Amino acid sequence: MHPLRKQRLQLVILIVVATTIVVGLVLYMLRENGNFFYTPEQIISGEAPQGVYLRAGGMVVDGSLKRADDSLWVQFQITDGVENLTVEHTGILPDLFTEGEAAIASGTVDENLVLQATEILAKHDENYTPPEVAEAMNEAYQRKQEALDGESSKELAGEKKYYLDNTK
Amino acid sequence: MSWQWFHRLGSPRWFYHNSARWLAWLCPIAAAVVLGGLVWGLAIAPEDAKQGNSFRIIYLHVPASFLALAGYYIMAIAGAVGLIWKMKLSYMVMKSAAPIGAALTFIALFSGAIWGKPTWGTYWVWDARITSMLILLFLYLGVMALQYAYHSIDAASKAGAILGLVGTVNIPIIYKSVDWWYTLHQPATIKFTSAPSMHPDMFQPLLVMIVGFYLFYAVALILHTRSEILRRERKTSWVRELLNEKNQDVADKKVGKS
Repeated sequence: MHPLRKQRLQLVILIVVATTIVVGLVLYMLRENGNFFYTPEQIISGEAPQGVYLRAGGMVVDGSLKRADDSLWVQFQITDGVENLTVEHTGILPDLFTEGEAAIASGTVDENLVLQATEILAKHDENYTPPEVAEAMNEAYQRKQEALDGESSKELAGEKKYYLDNTK
Repeated sequence: MSWQWFHRLGSPRWFYHNSARWLAWLCPIAAAVVLGGLVWGLAIAPEDAKQGNSFRIIYLHVPASFLALAGYYIMAIAGAVGLIWKMKLSYMVMKSAAPIGAALTFIALFSGAIWGKPTWGTYWVWDARITSMLILLFLYLGVMALQYAYHSIDAASKAGAILGLVGTVNIPIIYKSVDWWYTLHQPATIKFTSAPSMHPDMFQPLLVMIVGFYLFYAVALILHTRSEILRRERKTSWVRELLNEKNQDVADKKVGKS
């Protein structure tokens, strides 16, 4: 390679390496500030700021969804597997919002550690399954569970999550 | 190592003449693959158990995003080759890649917004994935703007190439953003290290669409580069001859008609 071209190649590499280091340091400084939401654990433990507008994200706990009869008020819990956070909201929920699925709620946490949400977003996962396949998996799961009859329900907890993820 | 082949590739005239032959077969293949993938993905593939038919926007969203990222590397590498070897054709490829990449990034953002409304419940949020993708659009637009910011083509090319190189740091950030931070956007379905988390009946048409978009990208880049070659080389004798031939053809046809 011609020495002049070699020099220019070195300059090109220097530009890329230098910007990577600079941007890398900026991102390292940002770390958690780049997160879109807090986990229930961060909010309950007091790591997240109180009384300010924030977002909380987690799985909607099975059986925790309560609706008012005469208004659009809803209450549910989200979990990160460590802590559960109660969320209250008045409004329409997104179509994909269901128990066992992830959701993100934005609002302020009150003194009872309840998130008074002004907006609820559904967070869907990266798995895509045709309805028949999802149904077949669900049936297989139910048969399996009937056979075991709660004998080793703890073992199945992980599997159950998978099936719930793949069925409505 | 002999660099002769490399310098021959850098001749705009050589590229202009040969790319016509490449396009002759590349165009129909690209059109067939994209059309086939669209029909397969939109009409034949099964719907998603949770999202229903709205998931089908993936067949546009993911291929456009793939090429928006890959196209940035193509633009940046073309710019680097221009900087190092002072190759005119390479700068022309860089300039042509910018608007194509910007359009693909816009398609990715726009189709994502349309997809977001029925699934997430919002068109837009400022999470790490979506924000870094918006920065990519601005980088493309910046390279485009720099092409028109200088009187001298050489200065414009150099400035564009340097911005292109600086921006390459954003590509791995976009790719890893869903793993590094909590985001609303879900993690990648297609991974380098493991099988896709998608049923094969749904994944196969997506793969066809990605291949189709790569072919489409190649066609668009070659076409754009060809017009850029004619524009920049308009004063050279071979372009003048080409133009005279074309004019002669048109004149002959007119005579033949009357």
